[in-house]
Amino acid sequence: MKRGPTGLPAWLVQRASAVYLLLFLVFVLASFALVPVHSQAEWLQWLARPGMRLALAVFFAALLAHMWVGLRDVLLDYAQPVRIRPYLLIGLAAGLCGLAVWAGFILLRMPA
Amino acid sequence: MSKAARTPRSRPVFLNLARITLPVGALTSIGHRLSGVLLATGVPALLYLLQRSLGGEAGFVEATALLSQPLVRIFLVALAWALAHHMLAGIRHMLTDMDVGSALGNARRSAWGVNLAALAIAVLAAGAVL
Repeated sequence: MKRGPTGLPAWLVQRASAVYLLLFLVFVLASFALVPVHSQAEWLQWLARPGMRLALAVFFAALLAHMWVGLRDVLLDYAQPVRIRPYLLIGLAAGLCGLAVWAGFILLRMPA
Repeated sequence: MSKAARTPRSRPVFLNLARITLPVGALTSIGHRLSGVLLATGVPALLYLLQRSLGGEAGFVEATALLSQPLVRIFLVALAWALAHHMLAGIRHMLTDMDVGSALGNARRSAWGVNLAALAIAVLAAGAVL
């Protein structure tokens, strides 16, 4: 029973997503530190930059993939008894899919 | 295999938690895990805030007002520690993957650096938010 990346692919997903998350978060934090956002108009303007919707979509995809590998590792290491593990993993996968749908819904309705 | 080796009771059991000391790298590692789980709890909150902030001027004001509530502020400081620790420990981990700083002395120094820098960032965040 393989659900999502395991082994070497999981290791690669974890690191590739980590690098993107790191770069994107540094960009976001630096951007807010340099130009603070005080009103919704400024906030929407920040979000309406060219490429921002794509960058956010990749961010959420990387974030959810990163969460899958990390939280899966936590369950594989600590979830006892072992027979409940598949259900916990299915629950985790379902939860992350739910977050993915929610994020997609927000991004689609985000004013451009 | 001798009887003593097969009998779990003959093992040296030493579970006095007050006397177990972990190497500093183990603290970095456990912190990496803890901070990851903590950050995961912040993701639904992030999506909720993003959604509210897009829904009309009132939604944006409500989202920023939510961020200034006392309990939420404490959560934000915890998230600041978690993000700092997770990012720094992650960078250290990836450098170790590339065999940078994986000699024991360097690894211990960088582990101290990660643990202390993350705490320092948490203190700065507490100063800014609380």
